[in-house]
Amino acid sequence: MRVRVQVMLKEGVLDPQGEAVRHALGALGFEGVAGVRQGKLIEIDLAATDRAAAEVEVRAMCDRLLANTVIETYRIELVE
Amino acid sequence: MKAAVITFPGSNCDRDLAVAFAAAGFEVVRVWHKDSDLPSGLDVVGIPGGFSFGDYLRCGAIAARAPIMAAVVRFAEAGGHVLGICNGFQVLCEAGLLPGVLMRNAALRFVCRPARLQVATTDSAFTHLWRPGAEAVIPIAHHDGNYRADAETLARLADEDRIAFRYAENPNGSAADIAGILSQNRRVLGLMPHPERAIDAALGSGDGAFLFRGLAAALAPAETGA
Repeated sequence: MRVRVQVMLKEGVLDPQGEAVRHALGALGFEGVAGVRQGKLIEIDLAATDRAAAEVEVRAMCDRLLANTVIETYRIELVE
Repeated sequence: MKAAVITFPGSNCDRDLAVAFAAAGFEVVRVWHKDSDLPSGLDVVGIPGGFSFGDYLRCGAIAARAPIMAAVVRFAEAGGHVLGICNGFQVLCEAGLLPGVLMRNAALRFVCRPARLQVATTDSAFTHLWRPGAEAVIPIAHHDGNYRADAETLARLADEDRIAFRYAENPNGSAADIAGILSQNRRVLGLMPHPERAIDAALGSGDGAFLFRGLAAALAPAETGA
């Protein structure tokens, strides 16, 4: 089973990399870019086939390693 | 007195840290990240600067889950002293021994230069040799030194006098100009500046030696009194 984990900075946490990308887009002439947030996409191939069990396991992976919940949030998507 | 210095793949200040401990009178044991136990009879563990595991995922995140870190956490919880410098500070935050997190510098630039610091508390084994309000010049060299924590944590750090060092001129956007913080029991210190690179005036500053000599002085009586 393939699982996608999306890790983003929490709302309200300054994202200097996203800001730099926003400025660069402006410099290229793309107008009307109100904001850019940069995050991470992590794909995990699991041996598990049970969706509920997989989600529990990936949630534990997120809490213990993949995200730092002081500043980040995560979203789990079971892709199959 | 005995100090251990941990080496991860990508650590690059481990030898400098060992030299700084030795110069202050410590017997130094080098420890590999895959070891699961620390040497016996230790007084302090040093987590060095560098780019452990290539800064993959987040700075310090992978190192914080290395086998040796479980032993470091046990050592700290039993009241041992732990010093984390630069990447070592990031590792201590990721390991949960210190609160908060170190984010990318606000200006996105790697900063590498001497930094003027205010010694914000002298109430610790690491900082007691300085006079209250003293200034120290210690080099910084980092890309991710922008300290962040929620408002409640920042207030608690200030209330409990746990901010060890503040930048005189904030180089990275760090909250409350924080350059280094102490744990609740004041025995774990994490700081972004590199005191091990400032242990002799010939290196540009000898101010970092106060930290190592202070630590040696504070830990020595415990050994003879045991």
